[in-house]
Amino acid sequence: MVNIIWIFLILVGIFFSLITGNIDTINNSILTNGKEGLDLIISILPIIVLWSGIMKIAEDSGLLKRFAQLVQPLLSRLFPDVPKENPALGYIASNIAANMMGLGSAATPFGLKAMKELQKINPDKETASTPMITFLVLNTAGVTIVPTTVLALRIAHHSANPSEIIIPGIIATFCSSLGGLLLDYFIRRRKK
Amino acid sequence: MNLLSKIVIPLFVVLVIMYGFRKKINVYESFLAGAKEGLYITFNIFPAVIAMVFAINIFLDSNFIYFFLNSFRNFFNFLNIPLEIMPMALLRPVSGTASLAIMNDIFIKHGPDSYLGRLASILQGCTDTTIYVLALYFSSIGIKKIRYSLGVGLFADFVGITVAFLLTMFLF
Repeated sequence: MVNIIWIFLILVGIFFSLITGNIDTINNSILTNGKEGLDLIISILPIIVLWSGIMKIAEDSGLLKRFAQLVQPLLSRLFPDVPKENPALGYIASNIAANMMGLGSAATPFGLKAMKELQKINPDKETASTPMITFLVLNTAGVTIVPTTVLALRIAHHSANPSEIIIPGIIATFCSSLGGLLLDYFIRRRKK
Repeated sequence: MNLLSKIVIPLFVVLVIMYGFRKKINVYESFLAGAKEGLYITFNIFPAVIAMVFAINIFLDSNFIYFFLNSFRNFFNFLNIPLEIMPMALLRPVSGTASLAIMNDIFIKHGPDSYLGRLASILQGCTDTTIYVLALYFSSIGIKKIRYSLGVGLFADFVGITVAFLLTMFLF
């Protein structure tokens, strides 16, 4: 998928520039591109390193687990088809907690384990079950409290107030999760 | 709202460090171990970032997107949506690095504190790479029929994007 998009972007860009006579711009663009990519990495590197350090403390001290325990009671309501003692709910809670804290790389293993557990109680192994879909909606719309890369880039480009987007971001994510869950809920009810 | 945004990070850092201290772990060692992981993460995404900046810049510099979206210009103007944000909104569900590269481009051209800059920042934070995540998670357990999951996931993103537009318009 990404492969096709990558090819599409480059070919369309170059051919369209050739047709419209924009050869100078595109030539420059190709030659200076690498530097821009490097600048991008360099500007997000310090914050990612710093924040990974802070989040490791949260993980080692058990704060992440505490967070997961806090969201777990809510989950049994969102997943009525999953038995309360099923380990999937614990993994889902950890996945959400890790996502909230911006620990994307820690969230994925939890998410994959949750899918595995959900697959065990899925009657049809080739078709997505309703709990799986609810989980993925929660996951992809997930709330991030501190969007580290965005902050890093804003700082690198000398924003007067880099963190001003945090609360609006949380509100937008919350609405998107709520919207997704509501639609998911109505579809589930109609299918029953 | 502004003060609240500013206080989130300091409070969070205090909470994490106090909690670690109370649980008697070696906070400093944990930090170093995590920072090392962070270094690996950045190192690992480095090639993807270079690749995406390369492709995105060629695409954006060719102005194809404006040619393509020109027919909708009046419609977007009517809704007060800048055309420049459309490539980002369209690519966000597929690739996080691609939308990051577009955001970078917007920051260079318009600055992070412009309407576009703020909108891009909120957009990058509030939506996820839905299509990519679905593909990864479902293929990991061999699911072939994904039913209505993609629709609901994209709907959630759409709600997030809409709210991001409204918030940027009214808050700043």
